[in-house]
Amino acid sequence: MSEPKDFPEKVVSKAAPRKKGTRQGKPRSDAAAGKDAKPEWADGLKRLYDSVVDEPLPDAFRDLLSRLDDDQP
Amino acid sequence: MNKGSSDSGERRAGEGFKRELTAVIPHLRAFARGLCGRPDMADDLVQETLLKAWAARERFEPGTSMRAWTFVILRNAYLTDMRRARFRGEYDEGLAERILTAPADQEDPIHLGDLHRALQTLPPERREALLLVGAGGFSYEEAAEICGCAVGTIKSRVGRARAALSAMIEEGKIPRRDISDVEAHRAILDELEQVSGAEGSTPAD
Repeated sequence: MSEPKDFPEKVVSKAAPRKKGTRQGKPRSDAAAGKDAKPEWADGLKRLYDSVVDEPLPDAFRDLLSRLDDDQP
Repeated sequence: MNKGSSDSGERRAGEGFKRELTAVIPHLRAFARGLCGRPDMADDLVQETLLKAWAARERFEPGTSMRAWTFVILRNAYLTDMRRARFRGEYDEGLAERILTAPADQEDPIHLGDLHRALQTLPPERREALLLVGAGGFSYEEAAEICGCAVGTIKSRVGRARAALSAMIEEGKIPRRDISDVEAHRAILDELEQVSGAEGSTPAD
């Protein structure tokens, strides 16, 4: 129903309230996963993601960030 | 002029925004890498996302999730780029190799490089659903908000994605990268065609 937008129109997700108490600290464990049966490779998917998160940031990003400074009115 | 104080307030707000934006870059890179497979293109996508996020920074509500907010921008940029066929569904060979040579904590039941390649064969909306929930740690509700769809839709996409990957892994039908995966890419484009057709719109430039 929605057109693709470049930007989210409104708040996507509240960072603070986290009632279920399942996501503090550790990634969701079996208990939190509930009825979802996680396949064996599920952990690999997370590690794939984390392996990129843990990479050092390429210089191109620092350059870009410093250019954002110049942009400041 | 007392305009100075509001200028410096703006500056401070900009700095706070930038700090948060900087903090999510590694996550944007990981999400983008999973989405489009190739590290160079993924990083281009992240840069595009950062520029768009910066340009739209006044629309970000402090206290809300910067990661979720920027993921929306990134996925929309990705879908737009996919329609322009900038991404060719190629694999991230570098990542696979780095992972294979990285010290493994234990024996892997599956090579992560295989998993990455298998992931790339999924239709984009299933792939992103699985990435958000299975790798990014978002709840189904958060993922639904990011993708702008119903929670049930996300659950079904994640379920189908998991089933497809499980089947591929169990049957040993992981695509090899030397096939360069024409099939998979065609499937992705077909699927995307349906998605964009359903949305009934063309992306603005």
